[in-house]
Amino acid sequence: MKQRNWLSRFYVGLVMFFLYAPIAVLIVYSFNANKSRGVWTGFTLKWYRQLFHNDIILQSLSNTLLIAVVSSILATILGTAAAIGIYSMRRRARAVVMNVTYLPIINPEIVTGVSLMLLFVMAGIDLGYLTLILAHITFNTPYVILNVMPKLRQMDKHIYEAALDLGCSPMQAFSKVIVPEIAPGVVSGLLMSFTFSLDDFIISYFVSSSTSQTLPITIYAMTRKKVSPEINALSTIIFVLVLTALIIVNIHGARQEKLEQKRYASFM
Amino acid sequence: MYKNRAVSVPYLLWAVLFIVVPLGLVLYFALTTRQGAFTLDNLSRVGEYSSVIMSSIWLSVIATAICLLISYPLAFIMSRSTGNTQRTFMMLIMLPMWMNFLLRTYAWMTILEKNGLINQLLGKFGLGPLQMINTPGAVVLGMIYNYLPYMILPLYSTMIKIEKHLIEAAQDLGANTWVVLWRVVVPLSMPGITTGITMVFVPCISTFAISRMLGGGSSMLIGDLIELQFLGNTYNPNLGAAISLVLMVIILICMALMNMFDESEDKEAMLL
Repeated sequence: MKQRNWLSRFYVGLVMFFLYAPIAVLIVYSFNANKSRGVWTGFTLKWYRQLFHNDIILQSLSNTLLIAVVSSILATILGTAAAIGIYSMRRRARAVVMNVTYLPIINPEIVTGVSLMLLFVMAGIDLGYLTLILAHITFNTPYVILNVMPKLRQMDKHIYEAALDLGCSPMQAFSKVIVPEIAPGVVSGLLMSFTFSLDDFIISYFVSSSTSQTLPITIYAMTRKKVSPEINALSTIIFVLVLTALIIVNIHGARQEKLEQKRYASFM
Repeated sequence: MYKNRAVSVPYLLWAVLFIVVPLGLVLYFALTTRQGAFTLDNLSRVGEYSSVIMSSIWLSVIATAICLLISYPLAFIMSRSTGNTQRTFMMLIMLPMWMNFLLRTYAWMTILEKNGLINQLLGKFGLGPLQMINTPGAVVLGMIYNYLPYMILPLYSTMIKIEKHLIEAAQDLGANTWVVLWRVVVPLSMPGITTGITMVFVPCISTFAISRMLGGGSSMLIGDLIELQFLGNTYNPNLGAAISLVLMVIILICMALMNMFDESEDKEAMLL
């Protein structure tokens, strides 16, 4: 058994190395004085200084954040309501709606991007912030639904009725029974939406204009031409920010779980 | 049981306007000429690009298979760890997903380049330089690296639902490791496997950025072909829509295959 533990630790380490080595390379090169990749000539911070003076990158960064925040919140509201509604539907109606919901997931992103581009062009809507937000909500909502739906299905069908029998009003029963049951799904749906929104390049690429570029589109344009090491500096900053955020969330989550366990123990 | 159908109405309207109608437009463009008259020319012209389509399928299948092989043991190990370790693992898997895939692909450009990291290391031992970038292998590597978390996460989330006692019961009844794996773990994690395969295969086969950054001109994929028709020099949305239709058919075939594998299982698990 001990040997197996050692083996699985080694395996996990190997996969983690594969996942993190390229990111480590990006971070190391962000401090490289030499502009060309691959050659190390000394430590510098000049790419970080240049980054904060590069208007194109800063503008596209703020575009990305704005679109991700707006679209993930709206998608979470739309998707959570949708999941509750779909869960309440009859079997056949549910199957039809779920099949439509699956289309943006099953469909290659490029097809979603192209189809939305055709829609916006045909409808005469100028490509820009509005089309980006509409597109992002469209591809995020299904992921919210898919995160909330299993929570509804796993829920004991009778606890809502039990809450009513014990004297809750329907609103109370909803907020005290249903909401806590689906909350983890809603939160993971929101996080997933936000991640996908930040990360999206393909769909955004087809529904944006040159004045509403998101960060990934700017990065793509930069890697196509002469690469600027500022991108390395930017990824380092993003990595550190995300790492900090995730660690805080995790510590909070661990604490919460411990508290709950204590409460449960004292209740018993 | 709690029921409220009305709350889904906004989403239903949204889905029709932004999912169904746009796909209808793709179909319309694929079957018409630039002037709007009915034609099948666009679809028959797709045949000219069959070698691109075949190589796209092949590279994506390889990348998906390797992703599954890497992820399955990892997800199982993760799902059997204690609460804190699981949380840390989840964080470590999610973290690279927050970095844009173009940055991650760019990192591999730095590593695989002619005078990149690997070739410099090889040079220290008097080996190489190897031609790694601008090969189909580099494209597959980029696909695996970028989409590995999309395989790990669905596998992990089905595996944490497999109860420890179930595995112990099988062992008590005399099953060895392989029997436990094939008769207990794999069937119970089937929804995760099919979801994972879909979540990796679809972005792989439709990518155009990875192939252009790591494959150079060496391997053109379906995605590159579509992008060229809509945003490239050869502007032709009708042909682009026809190629998109073909791509969708390929995905549908993949889905049907996945469904067949899942047939013995709870059919609804695939749907939800």
